[in-house]
Amino acid sequence: MPAMVTRQFFWIITLVVAAFIFIPALGDDVQLRESLALATIYITLASSLNLMLGYAGYINFGSIVFFGLGGYICVWLVDAHHWPLALSLIAAGIGVGALAFVFGLGILRLRGPFFALSTIGIVEGVQAFVQNFEPWGGSAGIYISPEVFTPLGGPARALWVIYFGLVATMGLSLYLSYGIKISKFGLGLLAIGQNEDAAAILGVPTPRYKAYVYSASAILPAVAGGLYFFKSAFIQPSDAFDLSLSTEALVVAMLGGQGTVTGVALGAYLYEELRGYLLVSGTFSHFQLVISGVLLLLIVLFFPSGLMGFIYSRFPRTQKVLE
Amino acid sequence: MLGIIASIIDGVLVGLVYGLSAMGLTLIWGVMDVINLTHGTMIVGGMFALYFLATGLGVPPYLALLPVLAGGFLAGVALYWLAVHRMVGRPPLMSLLSTFAVNLVLIGIGVWGTALFNVAVSLPGVSLGRYTFPGAHILAAVLAAVIAASLYLFLHRTRLGKAVRAVANNREAAELVGIPTTRVLAVTVGCGVALAGVSGVLIGTLFPFTVLSGDGYQLKGFVVTVLGGFGNPVGALLGGVALGLLEGAVTPFVPVSWTLVIEFALFVLVLIAFPGGIFASRRGAL
Repeated sequence: MPAMVTRQFFWIITLVVAAFIFIPALGDDVQLRESLALATIYITLASSLNLMLGYAGYINFGSIVFFGLGGYICVWLVDAHHWPLALSLIAAGIGVGALAFVFGLGILRLRGPFFALSTIGIVEGVQAFVQNFEPWGGSAGIYISPEVFTPLGGPARALWVIYFGLVATMGLSLYLSYGIKISKFGLGLLAIGQNEDAAAILGVPTPRYKAYVYSASAILPAVAGGLYFFKSAFIQPSDAFDLSLSTEALVVAMLGGQGTVTGVALGAYLYEELRGYLLVSGTFSHFQLVISGVLLLLIVLFFPSGLMGFIYSRFPRTQKVLE
Repeated sequence: MLGIIASIIDGVLVGLVYGLSAMGLTLIWGVMDVINLTHGTMIVGGMFALYFLATGLGVPPYLALLPVLAGGFLAGVALYWLAVHRMVGRPPLMSLLSTFAVNLVLIGIGVWGTALFNVAVSLPGVSLGRYTFPGAHILAAVLAAVIAASLYLFLHRTRLGKAVRAVANNREAAELVGIPTTRVLAVTVGCGVALAGVSGVLIGTLFPFTVLSGDGYQLKGFVVTVLGGFGNPVGALLGGVALGLLEGAVTPFVPVSWTLVIEFALFVLVLIAFPGGIFASRRGAL
């Protein structure tokens, strides 16, 4: 961490976070805030997914599980146990991170494509569990009463508090991505991504590193999920484990350039803007999956290194500044 | 006692159909190391082709197999040129992503609702004491076995089938002895998708289905593939029977939504314990 503060890129992240906080807050612009709130969620999800996909080279089709479970834990603690929001969020992050670590020790013994397939199974498993778990309302879900917003100063102020929470989560996810990238741990992950056998032979503790990074990629999406579902005051299995969101996280990470911090964040922001634009026009909103699919196919076929790959090749000097 | 035997026999019958549905997956997997994530959607495609042919046009359900076989083959060849061709020989993760993307497009186009569809097939059942096995189950199992046998004959007795096995074994060597590998790969994906389609028709005669049923059958396909060994169509049939038996044994005791979870846990355990598959003799045993 201290080494990170002296780096230029650390301050670029800080600047972005500050912009996310001050631009809507100073103008008291609610519409901008809502659009940026979605962008922060995309950036958090995609950056966390990038830890697995871009660094360690493992595809996780089920990253939405962390988001949904985090949402459930947080909403449940606030609603049934009257915990304060901050504490519930921390509990959601730690709980989901720990669960991911346990899962990770099991399924990360599978390599490459088999891991990817088993993440599909994780989604099925968690969904079946939640649908049958009575304290969480089964398939009906949990509603929380508007009274929970009172400690935050009423619904209007609560929305600002939640937004700042989302921006903080996004900032943490960017710092985490960058911090891991410049650490020895990150170097080990990149080695795993290049050639796992060679990495293991050269002394990278591959099973442990993979479980750590899987767990690390779970914590912040869980917190974001907690904030998101607290905000909507309602959670049910079909929203919490919506496949299109984990798909979009994949599309976004590939669009921006897997393995880069800037690219993934930029890709998430652009995708969110594009999506907002398309959702407004009614005809396109039905074809969201089609659009994500076509976009992903084009990227995989023709631009596997994404937006940042293009920027790096056109402006080689940016490679030194933008990680 | 008779109940258990009846449950086992029905498990074998349904398992043969599962085995057939996994065969297309394992064929593509074995020949070119590509995991076809559109498999589940192609199965659903077969189911809906059956629905429209049988209830819309009044075609007898089992006659729907032929147009689905042909249509599935064409869809598979199209899939090959669209998403697989550029991915062969690249890291398997890329083909996972590209077929996943195609699947998204297909689901996005196909989702017009999640209503339950059903194709009624009335066939006389076979009675065994107090138990009656539905005729549809028996006929589906027989047809699955016949289709699987024809695949085996195709792979082992025809020139094109031998070429497929040669490409699976060593693509470069096959190219060197004059096999048009690209065309063979396209044919393989065509066959794989056609198999998914016909298994969809057979499953559609057994169980009701929705637009999104494919995911479950695809997951079953992975479990079967892992049980039977990768790229081993005959193993897939055995793996399917094993899965059918497991389902027959488990269904009376747990809620339906947990069945997939149990199967998935089995998938992970088998992969950890037997990385090559239980019934596999060796890798690429086409």
